[in-house]
Amino acid sequence: MTATISPSTADAAPGERPPARRRPAAPRRRQKVTAGGVASSTFLWLYAAISIAPLLLMLSNSLRTTQDMAKHPLGLPLPPNFTSYQKAWITASFDTYFFNSIFVTVASVLLSTAVSLLAAYAFARTKSKLFATLEGLFLSGLMLPVYLAILPLFFMLDAAGLISNLGGLILVYGALGIPFSTFVLASFFRQLPIELDEAARLDGAGPFMTFWRVHLPLVRPAIATVIVFRFVPVWNDFFYPLILIRDQSAYTLPVGITRFFGEYQTDWATLFAGLTLATIPLVVLFLLATKQIVSGLTAGMSK
Amino acid sequence: MSATSMTTAPRRRGNTGIALTRRTGMVFVLPALILFGVFIAYPLLTALSYSFFGWTGIVRGDFVGLENYLTLFTKLPYSEDIPNAFVHNVLLFVGAMLFQNTVGLGLATLLHRVRRFKRFFQTMYTLPYLVSPLVIGYLWSLMLSPLFGPVNAVLRTIGLGEIAQPWLGNPQTAIWVVVFVTAWQWIGFPVLLYGAALGGIPEEIEEAASLDGASSWQRFRSITLPMLVPAIGTVSVLTFIGAMEAFPIPYALGGSQGNPAGATDVLSLLFYRTAFESGSSNAIGTSSAIATLLFLFIFGISMLITWLMRRAERKLF
Repeated sequence: MTATISPSTADAAPGERPPARRRPAAPRRRQKVTAGGVASSTFLWLYAAISIAPLLLMLSNSLRTTQDMAKHPLGLPLPPNFTSYQKAWITASFDTYFFNSIFVTVASVLLSTAVSLLAAYAFARTKSKLFATLEGLFLSGLMLPVYLAILPLFFMLDAAGLISNLGGLILVYGALGIPFSTFVLASFFRQLPIELDEAARLDGAGPFMTFWRVHLPLVRPAIATVIVFRFVPVWNDFFYPLILIRDQSAYTLPVGITRFFGEYQTDWATLFAGLTLATIPLVVLFLLATKQIVSGLTAGMSK
Repeated sequence: MSATSMTTAPRRRGNTGIALTRRTGMVFVLPALILFGVFIAYPLLTALSYSFFGWTGIVRGDFVGLENYLTLFTKLPYSEDIPNAFVHNVLLFVGAMLFQNTVGLGLATLLHRVRRFKRFFQTMYTLPYLVSPLVIGYLWSLMLSPLFGPVNAVLRTIGLGEIAQPWLGNPQTAIWVVVFVTAWQWIGFPVLLYGAALGGIPEEIEEAASLDGASSWQRFRSITLPMLVPAIGTVSVLTFIGAMEAFPIPYALGGSQGNPAGATDVLSLLFYRTAFESGSSNAIGTSSAIATLLFLFIFGISMLITWLMRRAERKLF
């Protein structure tokens, strides 16, 4: 029940013990090459290949022509051919989908992080039934299949003229981000000593100033986790835009891809290029922010 | 506002959580509450109510009680589609659980002992989990394509040409493709989570146990496994929710109809089809009944798994 995410553990990747606790010259025998050791590293490398091969194949095939793939299904992209990217980007409107996705993802993650920061601070700094109930309500969103409420949501957005509108999608994703973001941020705020608030108050700071000047800078690691970690499901989501976006000019990447798969069925090179384009931002994000992604993934452990 | 807070902030020893008055706290919570209320809570409650009315297109008719639910179990195609789709969701759950708690747990245990390339392996195993499930589904559909797909090409190259086949066209194999692709994509999560749990076991305990002569199985059974129970619980609940909500991977592999011939149909696809593609005049009533049942089922079983795991945790310690 204790929060796993804390300023100290979030910095160390899970699975690795903080260096300080590792005993310096433990009488650990030098690992000998044993049959078990060989078997275990074979297994690790083999599964790494199984895990990554399809993604490498996607990249490799996006650099080949369709004819080449038909002739040599297992060939390599030598020399690489980039025309399929040009085709996916311009002819198949991936430029539109891509920028729509970027806009929706960035705006909705900022929205949900901002409102969740405020709410999480209040949850951590109040003690009453009312706030505990509200926090419980938000947290229930982590487990409930909220996507089943799509029909009323559709009618509501339709009445407001927000179908096929990126603003509507941003509001929906903003709301969907609240449960996870409040959960992570509130457990962070709770670890900050109340003396901070008292000291700030003695200096004449109001509640908002205390929040803004004193607490926000201290929870920066948690904010990074929330932003990076919410980016992934919003960028990847397919269900909401499939139903809420009817106009092709407002498609985000995942819906764009389904349409594109219908139209370019036999044009394998362009299909692979499209899939790669939708994947690249995530891989870049993951490699740049492995720490945040990993701590986001393991944050749910204490639930 | 700050004036009131100033006056109501005397020293509160042993009551550390309070720094905001109720009113100020409410101001902080309000933006999130409005967003959550309007876009999540309200539609969710409304969706449940939809299932108790008859509908003609988008016009709500009379209150019909449980009639929509009765339709699901007595009228075709629902009375056949629902059990068919449900079995597929269950297969997804069972398949993913088996894969994650054997291969996933094995990888995490091995990784725990490895020093070199640890980060590299973690990254490799986690990458598919972060890629869009829709992209993953389409990627595998291309790889499994009967004529030019690389999977069949590999099989032919290594002399297993006989088992090369249209994996997604064959109703016997299609659902197993969905199960495999899903389990393959999800494995990064248990590897990380089990890794974190294993990292939390103090080395001293294991060392003390082995000094006392505990065999490696005894150590696993009495130390490692109990420490892993919370992580296994989390993985089970999230796998259950994920398997019941499965949508993009089946959509990419079998389309919204769950082709071939419903062999890859799942409950979320059935809900989507009924609501948006069926053309039935009572589409809203029927699909809302499906949504409500699915909602209660997912929520109820998740709670049950959580409760069982909590109990197992208490027993093992």
